Amino acid sequence: MTTVYVHAPDLLRILPEIVLSVFAILVMVSEPFTSPARKSGLGWLALFGVIVAGAGTFVASLSPGLAFGGSLAADGFSFYFIFIFLLVAALTILGSMRYLDRDNIHHGEYYALILMATVGACFMAASTDLIMIFIGLEISSISTYILAGFRRADSKSNEASLKYFLLGSFATAFFLYGIAFVYGATGTTNLIALGERLTRGDLPAAASFLGVAVLLMFVGLAFKVSTAPFQIWTPDVYQGAPAPVTAFLSTAPKAAAFAVLLRIFVGSMASLSSVSFWVIWLSAILTMSVGNLGALAQSNVKRLLAYSSIAHAGYVLVAIAAALAGAANEANASVIFYLLSYALMNVAAFVLVAHLAGSGERCTNVEDYVGLARERPAVAAAFTLLLLSLGGIPATAGFFAKFYVFRAAIHAHLIGLTVIALLNSVVSVYYYLKLIVAMYMGEGKTEVSLGAVPWPLGAALAVSLAGIVYLGLFPSLALRWALSAAQPLP
Amino acid sequence: MSWLNGHALTVITFLPLAGAASVAFVPREAVKRARWVALIVSLAEFLLALYLFWGFRLHSPAMQFVENHPWISSPAINYHLGVDGLSLILILLTAFLTPLSILASWSGISTRVKEFHLFLLALEAGSIGVFVSLDLFLFFMFWEVMLIPMYFLIGVWGHGRRVHAAVKFILYTMVGSALMLVAILFLYNLTGTFNLEVILQQLSSGQLALSGRAENLLFWAFFIAFAIKVPLFPLHTWLPDAHTEAPTAGSVILAGVLLKMGTYGMLRFCLPLFPHAARQFSPLISALAIIGIIYGALVAMVQPDLKRLVAYSSVAHMGFVVLGIFAFNTIGMEGAIYQMANHGVSTGALFILVGMLYDRRHTRLIKDFGGLGTTIPVLSTFFLIVSLSSLGLPMLNGFVGEFLIILGAFRRHAAYGALAAVGVILAAVYLLWMYQRVFLGEVTHEESRSMPDCNWREKAILVAMIVVMLFMGIYPQPFLRRMDAGVAQVLGRVAPGAAAPEYSWRRAPAAEARR
Repeated sequence: MTTVYVHAPDLLRILPEIVLSVFAILVMVSEPFTSPARKSGLGWLALFGVIVAGAGTFVASLSPGLAFGGSLAADGFSFYFIFIFLLVAALTILGSMRYLDRDNIHHGEYYALILMATVGACFMAASTDLIMIFIGLEISSISTYILAGFRRADSKSNEASLKYFLLGSFATAFFLYGIAFVYGATGTTNLIALGERLTRGDLPAAASFLGVAVLLMFVGLAFKVSTAPFQIWTPDVYQGAPAPVTAFLSTAPKAAAFAVLLRIFVGSMASLSSVSFWVIWLSAILTMSVGNLGALAQSNVKRLLAYSSIAHAGYVLVAIAAALAGAANEANASVIFYLLSYALMNVAAFVLVAHLAGSGERCTNVEDYVGLARERPAVAAAFTLLLLSLGGIPATAGFFAKFYVFRAAIHAHLIGLTVIALLNSVVSVYYYLKLIVAMYMGEGKTEVSLGAVPWPLGAALAVSLAGIVYLGLFPSLALRWALSAAQPLP
Repeated sequence: MSWLNGHALTVITFLPLAGAASVAFVPREAVKRARWVALIVSLAEFLLALYLFWGFRLHSPAMQFVENHPWISSPAINYHLGVDGLSLILILLTAFLTPLSILASWSGISTRVKEFHLFLLALEAGSIGVFVSLDLFLFFMFWEVMLIPMYFLIGVWGHGRRVHAAVKFILYTMVGSALMLVAILFLYNLTGTFNLEVILQQLSSGQLALSGRAENLLFWAFFIAFAIKVPLFPLHTWLPDAHTEAPTAGSVILAGVLLKMGTYGMLRFCLPLFPHAARQFSPLISALAIIGIIYGALVAMVQPDLKRLVAYSSVAHMGFVVLGIFAFNTIGMEGAIYQMANHGVSTGALFILVGMLYDRRHTRLIKDFGGLGTTIPVLSTFFLIVSLSSLGLPMLNGFVGEFLIILGAFRRHAAYGALAAVGVILAAVYLLWMYQRVFLGEVTHEESRSMPDCNWREKAILVAMIVVMLFMGIYPQPFLRRMDAGVAQVLGRVAPGAAAPEYSWRRAPAAEARR
C-alpha cells in the first residue's frame, strides 16, 4: 500500500470540483437565511459558482497531469467533459428558477443538489481509478435521486424518485461487483496500471474473470446511460421528475457514464475489446431500435423525449463500437462531440417543455401543443429547431454529431451497423415531426402555457440555439478540440 | 461585374435566403408587403439566373463560376460550387418557376402569408444549392435541408390529407438519403475527399479502383435515393399524395424543381462515378422507366381528380427523362435534360391552371366541371395550349424533349423507343380526354356559369409560361448548345471509347432535330 500525499498541484487539478463543492455548501448554508421570495438569489449564487468553476477549469487546464497518486487525470478528456457538465448545470439552473417559483417548490437545496450532481459527474469523467469512479457515480446518483423527487406533493415525482433510486442502487451494485472482479483478477483498481498489466498479457488465468468483469461493469453503466435492455426505468423517471431535472438527468449523468465507458473499455481495457465490442455492438442496435420504436407510440412529450434520449444513447454506442473496432481516436472524438451537441439540444428541449407545461406540469401531451405556432410563433420556431437538431437535419449540431459518429463507424468498416443507425434516425424523424405537425398543422386551440418566456429561460434557450446553429455550420473548432481531448486515454 | 463573376453562385444561392430573412421581419399584418418582398427577391433571382445563362461559356467542359473555399477542416469539406450546362438549365428553371408560383398564390394563400413566402424562398435557396454544389457533403446538406420548407408548405398550406402527405414525402426521401449518406461516407473513406471533381479524377486515372461489388452497392445506394425523388416506378407512391395535397405553389416547385433533383443526381453522380454499374443495370432501369411511362399514363387516364391526373402524368414524364439518361447517347441525354426543363414548365403550368380552377370552384374533380370553354374562354385556351405542350405537340417544348429521347432510346434498343412512343400516344389520350370532359360540351353545373375568367395576374403568369413553351419548342438551340460539353463529359465516363467517334456521328440527327 503506497501512501498518498496531497500536493498543491493535486488540488489545482481538481479545482473545478472544489469550487463546485464550496458553492454547493454555500448555497446550503445560506438557504435557511433566505426569505422564500428571494430563493432565486440562491440560483444566481449557484450559477456564479458554475461560472467560477468554469474559470477554475481553465486554471486547472494550465497544469494538466495526474493527481492523487494517479487516481485522477486532469487531461483534455476530463476538461472537455467538465465543460459539458458545467454547461448543462448552468442551462439547467437558468431554466429552473421561474419553474420552481411557479410550482411552489423553490428551495435552495435544489441548486445545491444540482451542483453536487455536477461534482459527481466531474469526478466520474476525471477519475482513472475504479474506486474513484464509483465514488463519483454515487455522488452524482444520490443527488439526482433526490432531485427526481423534488415535486414532493406529486405522486408521479415520488414514484420517479423511488424507481430511480431502487434500480439505480441495484445497477451501481453491479458496477461495484465488476470492480471486485477486476481487482481479484489483476490486483489493481487503477485504470492505468490495469491497462499496463493487460497489455503485458501475463494474466492468462484471469481472462474469464475479466470477461465477467466487463459484463458486470457494462450493466452498471448501461443503466446510467439507459441503453437497452436496461432502459426500462427511463420513461417513467423522465416523465415523473420535474422537467428541468429531467433536462439535467438526461444529459450530465449520461455523458459522465459515457466518459467512464470510454475510459474503461476503450482506454484501459482495450485488449478485451473482443468481448466488449460485441456487447456494445448488440446493445447499440437494441438501444436505437427500442428507443426509436418506443418513441413512435408516445403521446406524452416528456416520454417521447425520454425514448428519444434512449435512441441517442444508441447512436453514441455506435461510435463506441467503432472505437473498439479500430477507429479509436476519431470515434472517441465523435462521442465527445455528440455528447456536447446532445447536451445542448436536450437540456433546451426539456426546459422549454417545463415552461410550456404550465404550473403543476399539466400540459405535457402532444395534443396540448396543437396550434402553438399560431399563438407563439417564436417559441414554436425555437422548439422546431431543437427537434430538427435532435432528428439530425443538416445545418444543426445534431446532424454533425451523427455525421461524425457514422463517419467513424464507416471508417471502422461497421457498414451494417451504420445502415441500421441511419434507418433508425429516419424513424426518429417521424416522431419529432409529430410534434412539429401538432404545433404548425394541427387544428384547434393550444392548451400549453402561453405565458411570456421568462428571461433566464430565454437566455438559456438563446445560448443553446446559438450553440446548435454554430456547431451545425462551423463544427471544426469543437471537433478539433474533441480530437485533441480524445488523444490520451485513459 | 468581376466581383459578381467570382461570387455569382454564392449570391444566387443565398439571395433567396436573404429574401426569406427579410420576409421574416415584415410585420404579420402586412400581408401585401410580404408578398411583394418575396416577388421582388425572386424576380431579382431570375435576372441573376439569366445573367449566369448568358455569361456561361459554351464548349468548355470545365465547371464554370467555380468557387472553392475550405469550410470544415476535418473531414475536409469545402464550400465548392460550380455549374455546367446541366445545372445551369435547372437553376434557370428554378428561378423562373419561383416568382410564378408566388404570383399564382397571390390570392389563394391567405393564412400565415409571411411564413408561406419565407418557406418558398428558403426552398428556392435550398434547391439552387443542390444544383450548384460540387462537394458531396455540401450537396447532401442542401438535399436534406430543402426537405424542411417543402414539408411545411405541404403540411401547413395543403389540402385534405396534407399532414399525411407531408410526412410521407419527407420520410420516403429520407430513407433514400440515409443510404446515400452511407455511400458518401464510404467514398470518403476510400478517397479522403468529398470533392466530386477530385474523386472523378482519381477514378479516371485509375488511382482509385472500385471492386465490382463495391461499385454496384455504391451505385444502388445513390441511385435509390435519386430514384425515390424522380420518382421511378415502383418508388413513386409518395408522389400522388404530395402533389395532390400540396398548395399550388408547392406542387409547382415539387414537380418543377424537386423531381429534377433525382435525375440531376443520376447525371451528376451515378453515371460518372459508377459507369460500370450504370451500364450493367441500364436494361433494368430502362425497363422500370418504360413501365413508369406506361403505368403513369394509364393511371392518369382514370383519375377522377384533376390534380392527381397531373401528378400521375409526372410519373410518366419523368420516366421519359430516366429512359433518355440511360440511353447513353448524346441525343437521348440531351433530350432528357431538355425534357427536365420542359416538364418543369408544362407541368408547373398545368398545376397553376388546376389551382386557378380550384380557387374558383373549390373542387378538383373532373365530374364537377364540364363545358367551361363557353364560360371561361380565355382560361380554356390557355389550358389547351399547356395540355398540348405537355403531350408533346410539335412547335411546343414537349415535342423537342420527347422526340430526342425516343430517338436516343431507339438507338439503344428499338423496343425501348417503340414502347416509349406508346407513352406519347397515351399522354394525348389522357390529356385530351380530360380536356374534353372539363372544357367541351354543355355546361353541366350551374356554378360554372358564374366563374370569372382570367384576371391580369393570371394572364401574366400564363403568358409568361406559354412564351417560354413556344420559345423552347421553336428554338431549343441556346439550351442544347450549353449542354453539349457537359453531356460529352458524362458520356465520356459512362460510354468511353465509343463516345468520341459516336459523338460526332450522332451530331447530325441531333442538329436536325434542333432545326
